Amino acid sequence: MKFKLNQKNIPLLTTLLVFIIIYVAGAFMYRGFFSPRVFINLFIDNAFVGIIAVGMTFVIISGGIDLSVGSFVAFTGVLSANLLANTSLDPVVVIIICLLSGALFGFSMGSLIHFLELPPFLVTLVGMFLARGLSFVISLDSVPIRDETFLKLSSIAIHLNKGIKIPFIAIIFICTVILGVLLLRYTRFGRNVYAIGGNEKSALLMGLPVGKTKVLIYTLNSTLCALGGLVYSLYTLAGYPLAGTGLELDVIAAVVIGGTLLTGGMGFIEGTLIGILILGLIQTIITFQGNLSTWWTKIFIGVLISLFILLQRYLSTRNLNKNIQK
Amino acid sequence: MKPLLKNADKNLLYPLLALSAILLFNLFFTDGFFSIQIKNGHLFGSLIDILNRGAPVMLITIGMTLVYATGGVDLSVGAIMAISGALSAQLIRPDYIKGIIEYGNTTSLFIVLSIPLLISIILGLWNGFLVAFIGVQPIIATLILMTAGRGIAQLITHGLIIVFEHESFQFIGSGFLFGIPFPIILVILLTFITWLLTRKTSIGLFIEAIGANPLASHYMGIKVKMMKTLTYGFSGFCAGLAGIIVCSDIQAADANNAGLFLELDAIASVIIGGTINGGRFSLAGSIIGALIIQALSTTIITRGIPPQVVLVFKAFIIIIVALIQSEKLRAQLKDLLKRGRK
Repeated sequence: MKFKLNQKNIPLLTTLLVFIIIYVAGAFMYRGFFSPRVFINLFIDNAFVGIIAVGMTFVIISGGIDLSVGSFVAFTGVLSANLLANTSLDPVVVIIICLLSGALFGFSMGSLIHFLELPPFLVTLVGMFLARGLSFVISLDSVPIRDETFLKLSSIAIHLNKGIKIPFIAIIFICTVILGVLLLRYTRFGRNVYAIGGNEKSALLMGLPVGKTKVLIYTLNSTLCALGGLVYSLYTLAGYPLAGTGLELDVIAAVVIGGTLLTGGMGFIEGTLIGILILGLIQTIITFQGNLSTWWTKIFIGVLISLFILLQRYLSTRNLNKNIQK
Repeated sequence: MKPLLKNADKNLLYPLLALSAILLFNLFFTDGFFSIQIKNGHLFGSLIDILNRGAPVMLITIGMTLVYATGGVDLSVGAIMAISGALSAQLIRPDYIKGIIEYGNTTSLFIVLSIPLLISIILGLWNGFLVAFIGVQPIIATLILMTAGRGIAQLITHGLIIVFEHESFQFIGSGFLFGIPFPIILVILLTFITWLLTRKTSIGLFIEAIGANPLASHYMGIKVKMMKTLTYGFSGFCAGLAGIIVCSDIQAADANNAGLFLELDAIASVIIGGTINGGRFSLAGSIIGALIIQALSTTIITRGIPPQVVLVFKAFIIIIVALIQSEKLRAQLKDLLKRGRK
């Protein structure tokens, strides 16, 4: 059987190619870049972005958008840090409260979007500022986390040989990706997500539960945001109300670079994973280079996402022309 | 019989009522809120302060109104403000980032103003190009510049806060003309020009037509893509001007904080003013909306609440106004009432 490059695979293959090119270039340019430690660090440093990107993949495939993710990471961080510092609640209860507040937040946004037909960008924009404002209400400054359970969780790791270890947050990230892939590929919910993104009206006429699925998608996304926020507070061991500013773009960039169509209906979580790793590589290269400031990262991501959007556009118009010629 | 209010005036009624309510609250609870004094021939007072502080928001709101009416949104206004402010500061003090304190030659006001404004327009046009010609959703096209733009602004200032002195440039943000703060005059001028351009030519009608139905507008012979791109360019210009005012007022360029969260204020003002995402727009409504937002911020801050918390109030206001405007909600409520009567 001949391997055919179909429309669906081109963006994903481009992404993979970009990843390999950047990785090989980095390995040639900097000493010590091509080491397992640097590679594993990609999973550690980007664990929270990656977890959120999994949720965002669902949202974007369904044709929606969620701008509230960055602020909600800050909210979860500040909430958990404050609950741990100022109350005697059990850490497990704190984690559950954070996840539930995420679910509630997403459920409310999803309901406003679906039942009252408010545009997703407006609702999630309001969510973005609401979550940011609420984090400021809880605390104006950074709150350190000194809880023993949290400290223990952040030090759990699977030890490989030569002192290389995979810490807890990287494991959560990888598990989230695997669960996300399974959910999107092999469940009815996953197929409904694709159907809604492809054409919402058709999905409705086919008798699919459009409303329920849409609300669920936003609930899932915000819950994953809360999880990402918890992972972020394990990573930094602090809650900071200004954390995650501009994270929306990183997450959306990872999803789009990963080959998910911005207009919905097509995409893979596997692609999002590679997208996250590409963003991580850019960050790593800037660190290795040493004389470039961190704001270059934002500019590079902006350029990269623009290029991929242009590529998507080019591919879809070419496909359209082909269909017309037929 | 003639209706008491024209349809357009009716839409302004609720925003005006809201503004009056906030002012009335202050009449009773804030001392000396309504006193306007004349010091050295300049007007001072809380009301003047609200107008003056609100000038940047009102400026970006004018651009946002047109963009919103075409069915888009511009999230990059805050970042463009930061870029234009950073550029003008950098032009005034080119050697500051190298650690040199001396100013060198004084840069002419024309250059300090024209280059940032030109760059702002180009950035706006880039947004418009992505939206109109590439077909990217406005929210994502402008989100790119919203975050990457702050990076660009920091690149210009090298992460420093550039402080400067430049007499004629400072006049723009903190000067007085006929006793009135100059930013207020700029707002009045820009509003008037925009009103002339949109309501006394057919441009306004084109924008509303594009927002209501782009395809039909295209068949009617309106250059939809070009018009959309220009609208975003105009929004960029407004943001650039707002950035210059902020930068000249505080005599410093802060790439991190200039215009931060201001896109929310602008969107809130536009929605409060009754502009529809894709359809009819009201410049006067938007300006009143911006005044409501500013008056509310000032009121909350004078109560001693941290300014960051104001975000929560603004978020609630937007969602409430959006709910009031939601036709779906209205239909559902009517349905409920009918059932109740039966």
